[in-house]
Amino acid sequence: MTEVSRRDALTCMLWAGTGVVWSVAGGIPRAASAATNGDFSFVQISDSHIGFNGPPNMDVPGTLNLAITKLKDVRGPTSLLLHTGDVSHLSRPAQFDTADQIIGTSGMDAHFVPGEHDVLEDDGKKFFERFTKAGARGYYSFDQGGVHFIGLNNVQNLKSGGLGLLGAEQLAWLERDLAGRAASQPIVVFAHIPLWTVYAEWGWGTDDAAQALTYLKRFGSVTVLNGHIHQVMQKVEGTVAFHSAMSTAFPQPAPGTAPNPGPMKNVAPGQLNTLLGITRVHEVAGKGPLAIIDTPLMG
Amino acid sequence: MAQGMTRRASLLLGLGAMAPGLGRAEEAAVAVVIEEFAFTPAEIKITRGTKVMWTNKDDEPHTVSDATPKKAFKSQALDKGETFSLVFKEAGTFAYFCSLHPHMMGTVIVT
Repeated sequence: MTEVSRRDALTCMLWAGTGVVWSVAGGIPRAASAATNGDFSFVQISDSHIGFNGPPNMDVPGTLNLAITKLKDVRGPTSLLLHTGDVSHLSRPAQFDTADQIIGTSGMDAHFVPGEHDVLEDDGKKFFERFTKAGARGYYSFDQGGVHFIGLNNVQNLKSGGLGLLGAEQLAWLERDLAGRAASQPIVVFAHIPLWTVYAEWGWGTDDAAQALTYLKRFGSVTVLNGHIHQVMQKVEGTVAFHSAMSTAFPQPAPGTAPNPGPMKNVAPGQLNTLLGITRVHEVAGKGPLAIIDTPLMG
Repeated sequence: MAQGMTRRASLLLGLGAMAPGLGRAEEAAVAVVIEEFAFTPAEIKITRGTKVMWTNKDDEPHTVSDATPKKAFKSQALDKGETFSLVFKEAGTFAYFCSLHPHMMGTVIVT
């Protein structure tokens, strides 16, 4: 196979249609990685948690660095990199520095959205000033390669017992942002917490995502990229493909398979890097969902 | 960090409902442990003037935040091993949650 095939992407989606995809990591020949046919592609990394230091990963900057190195192998000609939040573990300036420095070595044009770990101080002001210059409250949009990218912030002002939250102000902005746009333009939404309910018991969903999705319904190709849950999951609803990425720091358990969503600590030696990774998204002929390839750091 | 807590706590003092724990060794505190993404015990019953101290034992940071729109109290993000305490001076039922993991909820009942 010489192309990141649409059939493969659709196969993944068939699994998704039956419920939960546990892992679709890897599976794509290295030779297919370069988009030599001129199609547009970009890459996603997530949940680098710089500042975390405990089992199973005592070297979180090291695995982020490895992910950035890996990007160079699989990114092809693209210069666009999305980071779906939890850049840091505790919102500390030194953690932002380290992340910035490592991600900077990619030489790519990086766009970020906040995770809840990034906005622990000053209502996130420090993060926004540094990582989301285009959006003072962590949400913004831009166009590249014919695709409209929308970064959303669903990690602040959460309500007791609730899930992620976009809030009325951001929803109004989103509606305005999409108004008048051609329905044929591919849309990529990226936000930290999944915009579909993966597992409410662990807070893995967004309370007002349904409202956001009504604004996106008329578009022919919508891809929603999330992080937060530190594992690959996919789901397709009509023209909307939802996808969550691996972390570059530590894996979290599949829903309901552990008492809580904390880091999986007992990862067998040598196995950690098979559970961390990066995601590459490839636009196929501008129609339907984009092809999404997850590549573990190892394996 | 201790300074930050004191500053935050002194803000609470103005509200009258709660006062900061002064951290004196002789002051008995009711302990709530934050572990495995849960407050344990999730509900405590205390009498007015009692200090409650939360200790985070998870690798994950958590907060202790007023669950009502009043937002009368909110700890900073507690890293592993860090504590937060409050003295409850008035009777009532106080619902709180972790603002990072909103499915984590607890209640303090003061009589």
